[in-house]
Formats: sequence, C-alpha cells, structure tokens
Amino acid sequence: MTSFTHQQSAHCESGVISALLRANGLPMSEPMAFGLANALAFAYIPLVKLAGQPLIAYRLPPQFIIKGLCKRLGVKINFRRFKDPIAGALALDDALDQGQLVGLQTSVYYLPYFPEEMRFHFNAHNLLVYGRDGDQYQISDPVFEEPTTVSAKHLTRARFVRGPLAPKGLMYSVESVPETIDYETVIPAAIDRNIKVMLGAPLPIIGVRGIRFLARKIAKLKGSPQEQRLFLGHIVRMQEEIGTGGAGFRFIYASFLQEAAQLLNAPELERASTTMTEVGDSWRNFALAVAKECKQPANMDHALLAQLLLSCAENERQLWLDLRTWLKNRKVVNR
Amino acid sequence: MRADEVPQDNSSTYAGHKKLLYARDQHGTYTQVQSSGWDVEAAATQDAVALYEQLAEQALQQVHAGRRSPLLYHMYRCRMEPTLLAQVTGLCRWRVRWHFRAKPFQRLSDALLQRYADALNLSVAQLKQPAPPAPQADSP
Repeated sequence: MTSFTHQQSAHCESGVISALLRANGLPMSEPMAFGLANALAFAYIPLVKLAGQPLIAYRLPPQFIIKGLCKRLGVKINFRRFKDPIAGALALDDALDQGQLVGLQTSVYYLPYFPEEMRFHFNAHNLLVYGRDGDQYQISDPVFEEPTTVSAKHLTRARFVRGPLAPKGLMYSVESVPETIDYETVIPAAIDRNIKVMLGAPLPIIGVRGIRFLARKIAKLKGSPQEQRLFLGHIVRMQEEIGTGGAGFRFIYASFLQEAAQLLNAPELERASTTMTEVGDSWRNFALAVAKECKQPANMDHALLAQLLLSCAENERQLWLDLRTWLKNRKVVNR
Repeated sequence: MRADEVPQDNSSTYAGHKKLLYARDQHGTYTQVQSSGWDVEAAATQDAVALYEQLAEQALQQVHAGRRSPLLYHMYRCRMEPTLLAQVTGLCRWRVRWHFRAKPFQRLSDALLQRYADALNLSVAQLKQPAPPAPQADSP
C-alpha cells in the first residue's frame, strides 16, 4: 500500500473506515461515513459504570459505525479476532506483506505517541496500519496530524489488553466495495434510522429522553463538591475529548447534513444542518457553563445546568421532528 | 460553531498536538479546522488525571504506614480502579480487594504476583516496590 496518504479526521472510527474506503477507490468523507452509519445518538446509562462514572455516549457503541456503514453501502469487510497474541501479530504481518491496509482496535493507554494526560484505559480506539519496517509498524492514527510508528511490543500490548470492550486483537480490512453509491436511497434510510434512535428508543435513557433524564439527574445532584465536579467533568469529557469533532459529534452530523443537502439537492437538509449547528453550539454552551460552575463548587447552580441541557434536548427534538416531516413529504412526492 | 470561534487555547493535555473539529466558514460551508485545545475540555481532563494522582498519593502514604500493599498504589498510578484491575487480571473483585491489604499481599504466590505485574505492565520486583518504576528507554 504505497499510495496511502494520511488524512486527519475528528473521530477514530469514522476516520478509519472512511480512509479504508477511500484507499479502496470509493470516495467518502468522514462526515458522510458518520452520517450514513446513523451514528449520532445519546445514551446515559447509570447502571453501567466505567472507571466509577456512568456511561454517557454521544454516538452508537464501538464497531457500530463500521458495521452499520458497510451494511448500508454493501461493502464487504473482513473482521478477525484472536485468542493468541502471537497468532494475531503473525496475521497482521501476513496482511501487511500482501499490501493490505489494516484497521485495528486498540487500547489508548499503551500507545506511546498519545499525550500523557490523554492516556486512559479506553479499549475501543481505532487506527490504521499501512506498512511495516522490521518491528516498527507504520501507523496512521486518524485523530493525529501525522502518521507515526509503533514498535511491535507496544502494538501487541495495545491490541490484546483485557477488560471492558477488550479488542481481542480485532483487525479488519476491506474485501470489496460497490461501484457506486445510490445516495437517493441510502441518505434517507440513514436519516430515518437516526430519527428512530433519537426519538423512538424504547428506553428513557436513550435519545432525546436520555438527555432529559441526565438533566433531571443534574438538577438533583448530590455528593461532595469533588464528586459533583468529577461527574460534570465526565459529561464534558465524553462530549469534547479526543475524536468528537466538537459538541459530542453534533458538528460532524451537521456537516453530513450539508453534504447530503447538496447531493440530494434538498434545501430542507441545508436548513437542518444550520439547526444542527445551533444544537451543537448549545451543547458547547453547556460545557462552558459546567466549567464556570465547577470553579465555584460551594454554590453550584444545578438548576441552570439542567436548564441548559433541557434546551439541548428540546432543540434536538425539534430538529429530528423536522427531518421526519422532510422524509414523509419526500415519500409522498416520490409516490 | 464558526471557524473563527474554534478555540485555540494551547492546552497542555494535547502535548503540542492539534485535533480536528468541524466548523462553518464565513459562507456557512463546513470545513475542517485544527484546534490546539480548549480550556473547558482541558480542565475536565486534568481533573480526571488529578483524581488518580490523588488516590495514588493517598495509597502511597498508607503503604508506608504498613496498612496497604504496593498493589493499591500501582493500580492508581496506572489509572486503574479495583473493578478494572479485577477484569484485567481475571480475578474476583473481592479477592483483588483483599490483596490491597499489606499482610495478605506479602503471602501471595509468585504466580499471582506475576499476574498482577503483567496487568500493570511491571516486573514482580517493581510491583513489590511502592515507587514508580524506573523509566525504560522504550516504555510508553
């Protein structure tokens, strides 16, 4: 794979899969990959705890983006997991010797090129390997500006960590891509699916109802000032730290809507993109308010934070309802 | 977010790297913009890092007082907590907790010590020392 060129992206998973598709001759921007995988979501699951904090996600769980996108487009992708680290390392070497571009799931903690303060035990990071020089692997990590190298020792360690979301050496490569993409079909299908995730989830912890649930939780937040600060900081970290493209993926999705508007020649989607940008801005206002309130932990204004979050929920609900109307009108016209 | 509103706060958490955000240019078209950091995000990240440092520091004092085992200290130093350590080693959570006590830790078999050492990326000798391991040339 000598022709591979590294391209920075905002999110690791959509970045890796769009780079893989581009390398196989299918033009694909990162926001388009993200949107077509209907990856935007919200979930607040207090029962599932990671490092003592409840699970808060702004997108679908790891691997859903890759699998969802490939299924929707008809891309054939080959996933392999390994029990034995040595078998996993040999399989990677084989694939690279055949000139394949390989995606890997790894831990963040054991990748030496990550900034020290960003290294946590998060096991569902994605990166690309595009070559090997002795025991130095050439890595294209989509969230970094430049490609880098990692030694075999560190890479194997990062691929075979145990714990939640253990990668088990997961490696994947694209087998075949379709000739063309029928945007007229796949874009409405992806948006339709995303509306269902955000508005119609059967549990009140997912989608717009999940955002409201979190707002209610903040309104009656208890515990020591430090606990409160860590909980609020956790929400902001999930929203802004590495690979969200800002405001919990809302700006990536707005970019997708804009691209879709041009492809389908649909001014409604252009308007939806503007609304989604405003939604993203309201999320960032919330993060800003959290940072401000955390500076005065003694008299934190919970009601204010909850109110900001509720307005995020309301803005989003309106956006998805508008998109649902657009889909309905579209079906009527096409009939 | 407009492209000129993308924060450029040179956060230490990025260690000189830049990350990519999506923002609108003056015509309203989405473009990719690099950001050198945002104070809001950096504060949250540093809080999370500081928590582990604080826990490790507390653990260290308890180790020196003879109440706790070096395992507790190394766990927090590696930014893990008891649940995660139990999952990584494949041991029962209560058993891991038991081994945080100084005396039970001293009686551990070599095999169990090795298991903890592997999970924390240490040698057995380093695991027994309540001090950060000497940096190696190629360690992350």
